[in-house]
Amino acid sequence: MTTRTRVAVFATASLNGLSRRLHMGSGTVAGGRIGLAIAPNLLETLGAGRRSAVVSGTNGKTTTTRLLAAALESTGVPVLTNATGSNMPAGHVAALAGGPADAPAVLEVDEAYLPAIIGALHPNALVLLNLSRDQLDRSNEVRMVATRWREALAETICTVVANADDPLVVFGAQAATSVVWVAGGMRWRSDAAGCPACGGRIRFDEVSWSCECGFARPTPDVDVEVEPDGRTTAVFADGRRLPVVLLIPGLFNHRNAVLAAAAAEVLGVPADHAFEAMGQIEGVAGRFSVQDVGGVSTRLLLAKNPAGWEELLFLVAPGTSPVVVAINARIADGRDPSWLWDVPFERLSGRPVVATGERSADLSVRLHYAGVEHERVADPVEAVAVAARLGGDRGVETIEFIGNYTAFHDLLRANRAS
Amino acid sequence: MNRSLRIVVVYPDLLGTYGDGGNGLVLTRRAERRGFPAELIEAASDGPLPVADVYTLGGGEDGPQVRATESLNEDGTLARAVRNGAVVFAVCAGYQIIGTTFPAADGSPVPGLGLLDVATVKGRAPRAVGEIVVDADLPGVGALTGFENHGGLTEVGPGAQPLGRVRTGVGNGDYTDGAWAGRVVGTYLHGPALARNPALADLLLRWATGEDELAPLDDYREQALRSERFEAALGRRTARGRRRVR
Ligand SMILES: [Zn+2]
Repeated sequence: MTTRTRVAVFATASLNGLSRRLHMGSGTVAGGRIGLAIAPNLLETLGAGRRSAVVSGTNGKTTTTRLLAAALESTGVPVLTNATGSNMPAGHVAALAGGPADAPAVLEVDEAYLPAIIGALHPNALVLLNLSRDQLDRSNEVRMVATRWREALAETICTVVANADDPLVVFGAQAATSVVWVAGGMRWRSDAAGCPACGGRIRFDEVSWSCECGFARPTPDVDVEVEPDGRTTAVFADGRRLPVVLLIPGLFNHRNAVLAAAAAEVLGVPADHAFEAMGQIEGVAGRFSVQDVGGVSTRLLLAKNPAGWEELLFLVAPGTSPVVVAINARIADGRDPSWLWDVPFERLSGRPVVATGERSADLSVRLHYAGVEHERVADPVEAVAVAARLGGDRGVETIEFIGNYTAFHDLLRANRAS
Repeated sequence: MNRSLRIVVVYPDLLGTYGDGGNGLVLTRRAERRGFPAELIEAASDGPLPVADVYTLGGGEDGPQVRATESLNEDGTLARAVRNGAVVFAVCAGYQIIGTTFPAADGSPVPGLGLLDVATVKGRAPRAVGEIVVDADLPGVGALTGFENHGGLTEVGPGAQPLGRVRTGVGNGDYTDGAWAGRVVGTYLHGPALARNPALADLLLRWATGEDELAPLDDYREQALRSERFEAALGRRTARGRRRVR
């Protein structure tokens, strides 16, 4: 390490520690920015010779990163990870500067930053989950992202673990020399109808997809079997059948765990050990956790875009408990909540529903046209109380709270403060 | 009308990027609430476009926009329907498509469907992204609220009229937004526009049903959303009627 790098690492780590001690947040981004300002190629230096995995995609990054980190931690080594979801270079620098030089790293990476991070870090494994529309008023259109991935992966030798069910992911991952295809699932198909290879139309059936040009779903190296009761099994090409048993809910999480297990194998951790470690994770940065909100047992769910909402509405569908939906439209959420009209809120019809968040007026109109009767309550904690009342004599049942990014964190913060 | 009103969302697989499919849903529900049976069809681009009373077109990315135009040209149903008096409501990429020309991703001109006399070129400035408020010139429609996100500059030709004057935002790029002629309306307003502007939705429904008047609906949710959006876009004082000088 040069003196300049050492100074940069020291500045990053001490600023992070200071900001944690002063309770100014984990400080990851601030420290990382300082470090990068002192030594612009800091990430490259910190990543050199280090065993690492990178997780990217529109949805499920934070959870999959946590699962994969848990799998590596189970081998008894400390794992460096950007657990707070700071998924741009400053966050990566902060995560790496905070630990031993030989500790492995598992990093969540923003889709748009992926090419730059691959170039700087040369990870051993790269997990690609899915690509769909997200915050369209500020980010690149998804097809463009897939093309950039493709260009970046053509120049790397790392092993890619990719979702075979998402045509845009396949288009990006195909360019890599070594790919492990996993049946990662995809319920939201509205962004994948146009073929990224030829501009034609992709046809989907129950399990597969293909285009006339020959671009088609690769045969998975790791398949996922789902019983009607939701039990999930990972089936490896060598014949191993491993049950996927998690504490966190949702088929999408189970499929992401299979991607994480395949990546764990690339890093030398057997999949059965990986699944066992991942099965201990209860909540990820508050997501999927059941918390007491003003005396009401509440399951906290986060969805950032139509594909994420589609998965969560499917997850809560079997229940009849009240649902609180919280919508903001700050910069981190995307300023334009038009996407509310892409979400099948019709599925909440017949359940007690409360609309909250800074854009609850938009949500209320959407719910009205979806035929979903609801109350509108400005304060999210109050909204949970109203939902519990609407639930009436259902008793002590857990209500569902689904928020988009800042609305979800508003509730977490309000609940911590009370 | 004694048959059901048929409302077609055109190619949601290609032109469905910004929630504009909501426009078809809003028209359908508002017709039904007045006692008009209505049928909502989402017509994918791999099949023939159904004959209908109302067509809505939404926003989309550059490549799909060109493909949608080719398919609609080949299919021919939309142009025939317009000649027969069908109502068309087109937003953003859809608005550009029904014009005479629009830019491909590389800026080269692509011939549109020519259903509305507007021509779009690539703007030099960064994309227009944000809240937009338009004082509509259509009878009884008033102020429109929406969210725009586009890189095109659109010129309205002599065969059409601008939809209205822009109070805040970019729109066509010349202080107007959108255009209309006969029963064909185009605009840059997402939102979806008809959810945020029920008066515009009802004007389209009057055209489609031939009714001079429609029973009023309790639009308190829509009105709450409108005042919130006007205030966010214009500020408290201007929202009460003072015009911002630009
Ligand atoms: Zn193809």
